Amino acid sequence: MIAFSDAHLGRIFLPKLIDLAHKTTDRLGRPLILMEVCGTHTVAISRSGLRSLLADHMELRSGPGCPVCVSDQSDIDRIIALARLPGVIMATFGDMVRVPGTESSLEKERALGARVEICYSPREALSLARDNPKNEVIFVGVGFETTMPAIALTIAEAQKLGLNNFTVLSIHKRVPPAMKVLLDDPELRVDGFILPGHVCTITGRRVFDFISSEHHIPAVIAGFEPTDVMQAIYLLLQQITRREAKTTIGYTRLVHEEGNEKARMFIDEFFEPVDAPWRGFGSIPESGMALRTIHQRFDAASRFPIEAPPSSPPEGCACGEVLRGKFKPPDCPLFGEVCTPSTPVGPCMVSSEGACAAYYQYA
Amino acid sequence: MCLGIPGKVVELNTKEQWAVIDCLGVRTKVYTPLVMEQIALGDFLMAHAGYAIGKIDVDEAKETLKLLEEISRNDCLF
Repeated sequence: MIAFSDAHLGRIFLPKLIDLAHKTTDRLGRPLILMEVCGTHTVAISRSGLRSLLADHMELRSGPGCPVCVSDQSDIDRIIALARLPGVIMATFGDMVRVPGTESSLEKERALGARVEICYSPREALSLARDNPKNEVIFVGVGFETTMPAIALTIAEAQKLGLNNFTVLSIHKRVPPAMKVLLDDPELRVDGFILPGHVCTITGRRVFDFISSEHHIPAVIAGFEPTDVMQAIYLLLQQITRREAKTTIGYTRLVHEEGNEKARMFIDEFFEPVDAPWRGFGSIPESGMALRTIHQRFDAASRFPIEAPPSSPPEGCACGEVLRGKFKPPDCPLFGEVCTPSTPVGPCMVSSEGACAAYYQYA
Repeated sequence: MCLGIPGKVVELNTKEQWAVIDCLGVRTKVYTPLVMEQIALGDFLMAHAGYAIGKIDVDEAKETLKLLEEISRNDCLF
């Protein structure tokens, strides 16, 4: 496994890739735009230096790949309002804590006395619930298809343990519906997609086939080591040169055609697709996942119905444009001046996987 | 968010469905009910948020590395 992160292979492969990129763009007469739709890829591409190494021939542009970043401002405000309820312990993945809501953030609420706990795994939230029987533990279910089965199994475990003080606020998002909206945008010009390897581990390849079959754009499912990303770019250049458009798997050591059926079975048992708002996109049909009615006792949205004050995204923030692939992070007037990782204005600068944070840190 | 941790299985409890994986010397307990294939000591798993989401196919990994090395050596690119 170590071999994929081995610098030697990358070093001998990179010149070939650059040469090939040069020939391909020469033939086309313009630089290429390839888009990644996974925050983990955004970071891998920036950190490895690939973005700048390939910049003469192609732009590696970020899309809506960071779940914290695509969470709508109204959802952020709802989480903050829930954290303010007496007796509530808000448990969440770390990235969510510093995301600015309309008036506050979980970090600010914590400073004011709210209990906000950071978890690496949702199972840690179960321990919190067990150890604090007089409190209500609300876990923020945020993430794409990769994360949903872990949350589903955690709810199953809560059921088994008979926990009555554990709920999930599900703001999960499904990737394919957002890709459809992206592809329907007549202004979007993308020559190829680097698809999220771990989302596809769960979903399989076929659900992304529409990218090539309906929109005639090549797409490759990629792993997360620099070598994996280079391989995916190579496979995309190969398709572009041959004027082909297929959705293929580069990350064959983990992704199968049919995906992980068992994981999808657990997702289906607990969640059902619903329309959901995305930052920068508005509502996307069937792109969210809500807890099924039979599991309502674990659903924070029904157990704690709250009216959050009207939401508005931060003034001047271009996170929406960045997530839709319209802007590169430096195109935002706030980038690097007003908005930095220590004084973030929008979520793309907060999340470790946000495009703005990755551009800022590794530019 | 979709960050995965690959690791080698060094301890396995099939009854309680968990494994301990070793990633570059760091050991982590992960739950395994999502893995469709049989798991044995020495296998590689990809973990995410405390759960293994799949078993890494070592033969496929070797195949990919071989292919990349061949491309790197070859003058004719396609």
